[in-house]
Amino acid sequence: MEQILANGVYLGSQYAMIALGLTLIFALMNVLNFAHGQMYVIGGFVTYTFYGQWGVPFILALVMSCVTLAILGALIERFLFAPVIKGSAREESTMLLAAGIAFFLDAVILLFFGEKQRGVPKIVDGVFNYDFRLIMPYDRILICVLAILSIVAFIGLMQYTKTGRALRALAQDRTAAQLMGVNVDRYSMIGFALGAMLAGLVGGLLVTITGVNLGMGGPTSIKAFMMVMIGGAGVISGAIWGGIILGFMEAIGLALLYQYGDITYLLIFVSLMIFLAIRPQGLMGKPWG
Amino acid sequence: MQRRTLMKAALTAVSLIALQATSALAENPVLKIGFVGVTSGPAASWGISNQRSMETRAAWINETGGYEIGDTTYDIEIVSFDDQKDPKRAIAGMEKMAQEGIHYVVGPNVDDGAAAVRPVAESNGIMYFPYAFPKSLYEAPASNAVLGMVANYQSGPAIYKYLMEEKGVKTVAFIAANESDPLSQRDGGVAAATALGLEVVSDNVTYQVDTTDFTPVLTPVMRSRPDLLVLSGVSPANAPQLIRSARELGFQGVISTETAQDSGVLTEGAGDLANGFISVGGASTPELASPMMNEFVDRYTKMFGEYNDESNTKVYALEYILETLKADPTALTDVDAFQATMDTFEAPNPYMNGDATLRYVGMSSFGQKRQVAVPLVVNVYQDGKFETLFVAEVD
Repeated sequence: MEQILANGVYLGSQYAMIALGLTLIFALMNVLNFAHGQMYVIGGFVTYTFYGQWGVPFILALVMSCVTLAILGALIERFLFAPVIKGSAREESTMLLAAGIAFFLDAVILLFFGEKQRGVPKIVDGVFNYDFRLIMPYDRILICVLAILSIVAFIGLMQYTKTGRALRALAQDRTAAQLMGVNVDRYSMIGFALGAMLAGLVGGLLVTITGVNLGMGGPTSIKAFMMVMIGGAGVISGAIWGGIILGFMEAIGLALLYQYGDITYLLIFVSLMIFLAIRPQGLMGKPWG
Repeated sequence: MQRRTLMKAALTAVSLIALQATSALAENPVLKIGFVGVTSGPAASWGISNQRSMETRAAWINETGGYEIGDTTYDIEIVSFDDQKDPKRAIAGMEKMAQEGIHYVVGPNVDDGAAAVRPVAESNGIMYFPYAFPKSLYEAPASNAVLGMVANYQSGPAIYKYLMEEKGVKTVAFIAANESDPLSQRDGGVAAATALGLEVVSDNVTYQVDTTDFTPVLTPVMRSRPDLLVLSGVSPANAPQLIRSARELGFQGVISTETAQDSGVLTEGAGDLANGFISVGGASTPELASPMMNEFVDRYTKMFGEYNDESNTKVYALEYILETLKADPTALTDVDAFQATMDTFEAPNPYMNGDATLRYVGMSSFGQKRQVAVPLVVNVYQDGKFETLFVAEVD
């Protein structure tokens, strides 16, 4: 039981971080960013390059992941999404653009980082072992704590800073925010950069545990979408709850259902379908969007 | 105006370069060899090592004047198609090869893709060299597939027997990804282990292909306390994570797999925790590698920046195709002739020291010669590199 709880908290915290950036971008711009997983992968590769290859301290490498992805996100918003949103009222235009960016980033990743699985040295050695009832490597505990701290910091930023208030206003009502003097273009770019930065941050954190490879982008995006659907699209607290719920469902399923084969995700998908049929807006979402 | 002039100049330059490249290629007729396999996603490493091995060898041949088959010297062109590990895409890829008039294709890399392309290959006169293990692909009435490596039901028993005799292994647990290749390899492994008298203590734990953190997955397996943990059909991307999680959960026994792995990936992903990990190696070791194999490694590294150990096996398929065509040039467009030649074909193995030969095997496993003869090299990972545990032959 202790192991299930620990795995649930660990998986939930990392999943919540992955979903946060995606839901932020959706809330601000109504864009389903299919390239979110690829941004996560790039974040992992940047940390891999700085920390794993060049021996830069891990925290600095993590900062580099955040900065790189923030810049990349800002550029993508300014030169790709902003013109498309202005020029097309059809939502599928941005969806197609996001899918195109995902394919493009996959190609870029292959070109610069190759096809192989990459990993970095452990940031902390050793394993916490409580009588074989609870086993958790120290690096996972550290990453879990860092992920939770990052989520708290993000919530703090959104709640208590001018930028956060502007972003929330933008998410609630774009026109009203503009009438109240919020520079919509500027804050859209900042919001997208922040979402991409979160993807980079979690990629950089998790490369120490899971490593990183070219193929992780697509599945990561799918998981992030699942969490956002559970929690409610565009709702920050929803993304966090979505991540935690998915993490616990996975931990419980893997621990209790293994003798029946790989049915954990089958059950998760079935539960998700039933849940969405009853509550299509997700846990925290509003039916009107 | 200046911009237009610049664009014109650039266009002219590009056209000239293209013309030059075309005329350079046009010196010899071109022999196209296809590749249909996975070059994206978590298993990309398998297909990319195939594709790059073929491209390296083709560039090498073309640079040194081409490849002589009969009275004609050909430049070799590799036509590649990423099937994304999707059988539907693999069929599309094989159809593309047929449309281009290609008769020899390397790949696909996985079971369902290899099975899916069989009708297309057989109806269009295409010989293909999959890296997939189902016996039905190679047993009559199947005719056009040639296994490009050593299968798990050939390597698995050899490894288990070695571990029983040398390490006193008595119990074994299997874990596999929830998709056709790993699951069929797991079932084959369980059957082989049981036949050898090993006690199988866990064989029903599987994981999603896109799993990145294996600690929750491995926890129930570790409770069964096996002497040997077999990672059935594990991809190079997942192997280091599984090893790392197993060791962190306190597993002290032996970990093995029947798929090829890359030492660099293991070093980065698991470090010293991978010490003692046993895998089927690429069909080359420092002792076996000929000067030509070493040059291949150098050329590959120069071309792509980094070598992939899996290419020690993947280097062979193209060589087998070309050497067999050289033995019977009528096979260029007639795969029946190719198949007839396979029965008696033998040529010096340029990648191995000594008097090793290229020849087709598989009589014991498939009842017909539908497998390339590459050495079964079993490696153990130790301190950043593979050491050869033993070398065997497959017939």
